[in-house]
Amino acid sequence: MTALSRNDVEKVALLARLQLTDAELDTMTAQLGQILGYVDLLAEVDTTDVEPMAHAVELCNVFATDQVMPSLPRERALANAPRDNGRGYLVPAVLGD
Amino acid sequence: MSLVEYSAHELKQLLVSGEITSIELTQALLDQIGTYDDHLGAFLHIDAERALARAADIDHRRQAGKPLGPLAGLPVAVKDVLCDQDGPTTCASRMLQSFRPPYDATVVARLKAADAVLIGRTNMDEFAMGGSTENSAFQVTRNPWDPGRIPGGSSGGAATCVAARMAPLSIGTDTGGSIRQPAGLCGVVGMKPTYGRVSRYGLIAFASSLDQVGPLARTTRDAALLLETIAGHDPHDATSLEVPVPAYSHSLEQPLAGLRLGIVREHFAAGLDPSIEEAIRQAVEVYQSLGATIQEISLPHSKYAVATYYVIAPSEASSNLARYDGVHYGHRTDESQLQAELNARRQQLQAAGDERGLDQLDNGLVRMYRLSRAEGFGPEVKRRIMLGTYALSAGYYDAYYLKALKVRRLIRQDFDAAFGQVDLIASPVTPSVAYRLGEMVDDPLAMYLVDLYTVSANLAGLPSISLPCGFTREWLPIGLQLQAPPLEELRLLRGAHMYEQATDWHKRQPALVRQRHTGV
Amino acid sequence: MPETSTHPYTTVIGLEVHVQLATRSKLFCGCSTQFGAEPNTQTCPVCIGMPGTLPVLNRSAFALALKTAIALNCHIPEFTKWDRKQYYYPDLPKGYQISQYDLPMSVDGFLEISDPLEPYAPLRIGIIRAHLEEDAGKSIHDEVAGRADSEIDLNRTGTPLLEIVSEPDLRSPAASRIFLQELKLLLTYLGVSDCNMQEGSLRVDANVNLHLEANGQRVATPIVEIKNMNSFRAVQRALEYEASRQYRVWQETGQQLGQASKQTRGWDEAAGLTRPQRSKEESSDYRYLPDPDLVPITTSPAQVEQIRQSLGELPSALRARLVREGNLSDYDANVLINQGQELVDYYQAVAAKCNDPKTAANWVTQEVLRELKEREMTIAQIPIPAECLADLIHAIQQGQLPGTRAREVFTLMLNDQITAAEAIGKLGIEQVDESDLVALCQELIDANPKIVADVQGGKQQAIGALIGQAKKKNPNVDPGRVRSICLELAMKS
Ligand SMILES: [Mg+2]
Ligand SMILES: [Zn+2]
Repeated sequence: MTALSRNDVEKVALLARLQLTDAELDTMTAQLGQILGYVDLLAEVDTTDVEPMAHAVELCNVFATDQVMPSLPRERALANAPRDNGRGYLVPAVLGD
Repeated sequence: MSLVEYSAHELKQLLVSGEITSIELTQALLDQIGTYDDHLGAFLHIDAERALARAADIDHRRQAGKPLGPLAGLPVAVKDVLCDQDGPTTCASRMLQSFRPPYDATVVARLKAADAVLIGRTNMDEFAMGGSTENSAFQVTRNPWDPGRIPGGSSGGAATCVAARMAPLSIGTDTGGSIRQPAGLCGVVGMKPTYGRVSRYGLIAFASSLDQVGPLARTTRDAALLLETIAGHDPHDATSLEVPVPAYSHSLEQPLAGLRLGIVREHFAAGLDPSIEEAIRQAVEVYQSLGATIQEISLPHSKYAVATYYVIAPSEASSNLARYDGVHYGHRTDESQLQAELNARRQQLQAAGDERGLDQLDNGLVRMYRLSRAEGFGPEVKRRIMLGTYALSAGYYDAYYLKALKVRRLIRQDFDAAFGQVDLIASPVTPSVAYRLGEMVDDPLAMYLVDLYTVSANLAGLPSISLPCGFTREWLPIGLQLQAPPLEELRLLRGAHMYEQATDWHKRQPALVRQRHTGV
Repeated sequence: MPETSTHPYTTVIGLEVHVQLATRSKLFCGCSTQFGAEPNTQTCPVCIGMPGTLPVLNRSAFALALKTAIALNCHIPEFTKWDRKQYYYPDLPKGYQISQYDLPMSVDGFLEISDPLEPYAPLRIGIIRAHLEEDAGKSIHDEVAGRADSEIDLNRTGTPLLEIVSEPDLRSPAASRIFLQELKLLLTYLGVSDCNMQEGSLRVDANVNLHLEANGQRVATPIVEIKNMNSFRAVQRALEYEASRQYRVWQETGQQLGQASKQTRGWDEAAGLTRPQRSKEESSDYRYLPDPDLVPITTSPAQVEQIRQSLGELPSALRARLVREGNLSDYDANVLINQGQELVDYYQAVAAKCNDPKTAANWVTQEVLRELKEREMTIAQIPIPAECLADLIHAIQQGQLPGTRAREVFTLMLNDQITAAEAIGKLGIEQVDESDLVALCQELIDANPKIVADVQGGKQQAIGALIGQAKKKNPNVDPGRVRSICLELAMKS
């Protein structure tokens, strides 16, 4: 199962939107490989006909009523923005470079 | 005896009877923090002025005969992972260093409504990932019993401040043992309630299906008092349970007649520190002397718990932490530098005629994400995000994530079967005592394996408590873990209280703190 | 499936429609869904995706989605759950969209449409699934001082959407447009969405490729997804353009399905063409996982049945009934139904009162609709109650009102907001007695010997001048009667 290459790790880093240095890539490749090697222990468990368990407590049908509640004033919503123009959050242009 | 040494229960009586004021108490704790915390590093943020103002307000209301909440005037420390609109909430991460939540976590709101005095924000492993509190972006927290050692984690600050008498009560969170393990390593009581018992709204998520908020204190009675204040249904949390919360602290003293205590065959394997094994066996004998019957049980899938946990928790974490992208809040990289670097790189590639390189070069936005996240997160957080991203990615989902969800059910079924035979399960909290600072930093897998006794309760959603049950020869605390079926917190607390009444481990103080109070 | 005869290929189209459900508040928080607010004034910690916040499912959103799915003849599984679809985009603040992946709330339905090749023949278009999910926010390009930025508005973030995915059962751009019209009709009938494309409450993406014959083998061209279509007309135009483009490319390259990866192209309305959109390879790995913050929903077959019973008459059944009971043409029935439930109700009230569905349909589809359009009114605003229009029709049937003056009466009823009788009275319209009419005609014949001579000489059209004179003397005369009486008298004299 686990033959994790440095190239795999690079791809995962892009998926995870992390910029890793060369040194970090090396360490990460080794450590992830080691951890995944341990996790491969799960392969020996027979899970035929076992339903996956995504929640610790298996509740159903929890709803809220469709009721408008006050929103944040815009200045409070934007208060934590790293960069904004008083109307919206600003980021480098989404289209093109 | 100094005020800081009293239990919350005793302090409450002193406050109610008017023998002390909240101002006096708060000031005494602030002094204690002033004396020890430069060295121990339990707190990330103290707002003494606000705490004293709040204490004064409660004292006034008490003098005026106004109705007060159940924690009126009692200082409580809060792990820096629960949002509080009155101050910073950083998760011990550079990512959230300047974050100011515009809302209160439900637990924080309940503490405020109970008239507690929120004395400060405690240190933790960044985003609650880790078991040593060494993964804080801001500071190291030291174990009060031996400042050369870790306090455990991720709620290391929460356990340390209680052990070092800097707060009678503190709030921690537990995803794989993050309350119970530091409680065990610091010689205090720590409890993870049933999943869904305490609202997660405003708790900054690590792994949503495992995270629970819980109390740390020096006695089970104090833990019960804090738990009954924060527990209960919350419409803002769809996973919160709509069941009544018993008044734990009121019926705590009733011992469990005919208690059937289970010990797990698989727990006493190689790797368990002999002094811990010895302490646990003695604790079991104490129960026997109190009339409990002891039964050996098996949890056949317990050996897979750590592997299961280290797939599910990082997977959920990789998703929960995707929101930290430097767009709407949190750390963002220096954009002008980023553009300059990208331009330089592009020119380089163009000059070299490297078409493939140009095609693969991040655009400005992608690079902004990648750098913001790389700068904002520490190594342990990055490791778990990478692990989780990998486990969820195309081609690996079934072998890792889905497989782990299935084994999780088997682990839960083991417990369901076991609780058909016994009322409580006793076990160690950790296989070893607090290790030295820096000792495990380069060996994440070894560090993960330390969680083997605690993660199952999170996977299965069970309530579980850690309480002091002895010391090693070097005076390092040893914790006893008790586990109960879902929603049986009261059974757990009564069982713990029985033991506590019969022993005095919980009364010991770290030498560091004890010396100062000698002769006071 | 009929082939489009004019092309040497079959166009195969599947549509993906996102419909905003008509809730007051967002899918997982209490923020308003009202359109048109100032940027970032309808957000809260939950929809901004702030650390620590949790979603709680809006009950109405699920109910509306369920109602729609049942009306689309979908199977409703007893168990459905919520998944996170993960990708990074600045208008997606959590880094994932809460959606449904492997266990959607509804699957396997269909919508019946009229085949454009064989008008009004029913054609069943399969619905693969319809699932509930949250909308993202909006990025607006913002050029300030030479620096290209995008401004993010999160007002839309968390708005409830129903994603409806059709089978690739559509065989022409025209059929696709009809499918969308029929879908919109159904949704507005159900009241689950206002389907306003300008405000983004209905958005369409299309997947299209061609099936054709090459060397005796049936082959398919690579599938292209088209985005950015802002009206149903644009959908049709974009699909027409894309089909011919794919055929051209096929002729040039011979590239088949599987030989090229799925491409995404954007429709440029002004230029009338589609252009390739940039997409990174890795972007397709969404790393779905069950959302641990939300719990599953169970729906029993009994609940589904109860909702099905409560739906009432859906547009396709209504259309069939109007044709059957009112003896209407398919065309007229469609015109009525396409205007929505309120107009149909109005029509039905008129038809019932005047007891002449066919004439009622003519009036409603012609005069009423024309006036509504000219006056920019909705049927709810029309000042002529259905009974009054029925009275007008009744008056014509009773011969109290010459058909030629009916429109005049109708206009006055509208302008002055009065009844038919009042309008008839105000215009001085009264029935002309037969003997009076004959006397009047005789008078005209006597006074116009030249015309009489022309008529007798075979120029019958000369009688027209007498009709004009008759109307001047008495505006209530029926021109047809005047004509026939005058002709008769002229021949006799
Ligand atoms: Mg979608
Ligand atoms: Zn909101």
